[in-house]
Amino acid sequence: MQVLYGRHHVRVFRFGLRLVRDEQLAEDLISEVFLDVWRQAGKFEGRSAVSTWLLAITRFKALSALRRRKDVELEDEAANAIEDGSDNPEVAAQKKDTSEALRRCLTALSPEHREIIDLVYYHEKSVEEVAEIVGIPENTVKTRLFYARKKLAELLKATGVERGWP
Amino acid sequence: MAITKKVLEQQPGDIEMLLPWHAAGTLNARDARRVDEALASDFALARQYAVIREEYAETILLNESLGAPSRRAMQKLFAAIDAEPPGKSSARLSFSNGVAGFFARLSPRTLVWSATLGALVLLLQAGVIGTVLVKSQTATYHTASLSTDEPGTRALGPEAPPRALVRFASDTRVADITALLDSYQASIIDGAKDGLFLVQFGSKPMTKEEVSSLMSRLQNEKIVNLAMPTP
Repeated sequence: MQVLYGRHHVRVFRFGLRLVRDEQLAEDLISEVFLDVWRQAGKFEGRSAVSTWLLAITRFKALSALRRRKDVELEDEAANAIEDGSDNPEVAAQKKDTSEALRRCLTALSPEHREIIDLVYYHEKSVEEVAEIVGIPENTVKTRLFYARKKLAELLKATGVERGWP
Repeated sequence: MAITKKVLEQQPGDIEMLLPWHAAGTLNARDARRVDEALASDFALARQYAVIREEYAETILLNESLGAPSRRAMQKLFAAIDAEPPGKSSARLSFSNGVAGFFARLSPRTLVWSATLGALVLLLQAGVIGTVLVKSQTATYHTASLSTDEPGTRALGPEAPPRALVRFASDTRVADITALLDSYQASIIDGAKDGLFLVQFGSKPMTKEEVSSLMSRLQNEKIVNLAMPTP
């Protein structure tokens, strides 16, 4: 378990943190996830990668935790993430930077869009694996990512960044 | 009718939807080839792919900037595990079966490891197997395949399966090493001293001729630099 934890806990933590946006909660999540893995290891049949299994459990637990929190609180956080009021000259200059803007907009996406972008780009999951983790058909995985990217482009456009797509 | 046509025109194409996976390197060979061909002949698609590469890089940077959990999470987990009823720990055995697959399915980015990191992973693999074997000896439960009347590990005597010191090529991927170990029904016993791993083959003893033939085969493997039988 120590090896498994050592190998995966950072990615599990980051995936959870991107979903729940609360470090304390994300830390609690990883303890719960690995404890579940400890209890259910016998059910793991090796049909998918261990990381896919772990991310699916993390997602389930993160969504359960989110349901326990107020939706309003989450919406406020999402809005704050993109409408940061601290527009001093330094921050304004940063916003012009495409990389910085991209990261801010990636943070401002809805949890549904954030998770699919993270799973594909950061966790390097295939279409099939994302379908397994999120529990949706493979075609939906593809279209959801497409529309997540479209939303990202809209958010970037709203902050004055044009990238030539769409 | 016109609305339907407009909606259809706005639908992303099949290849277009695969671009993010192409950027992440997670497409199968056939799809990757299809995307490459389309990118070579479609300027708009290539431009969109450049945008995707940017998103891909920034997503990684963003996630990497999130840091790591504190030790509190680990302490909490292991305290909870310690508090679990003993019967639940039988799950440990199932993990040993999945170790090879676990390493074989590491992500494409992870697979491009240096030989040093590869060695570390293999040591971990050996550690997991060792831990499982040691713990199963002291466990109070029974499994369908393991009786507590028998020792958990077999002492190496005249009837021991063959072992060899093996050095892998420096640019070898972990997945390739795991595949090779699988094909030879071999496992890492110890390593890596001076880049050499002690590898055990199968679970039955072999004749001198069989060992010699095994070493020749092994030596001919592309990813093996050196294979020496141990006495």
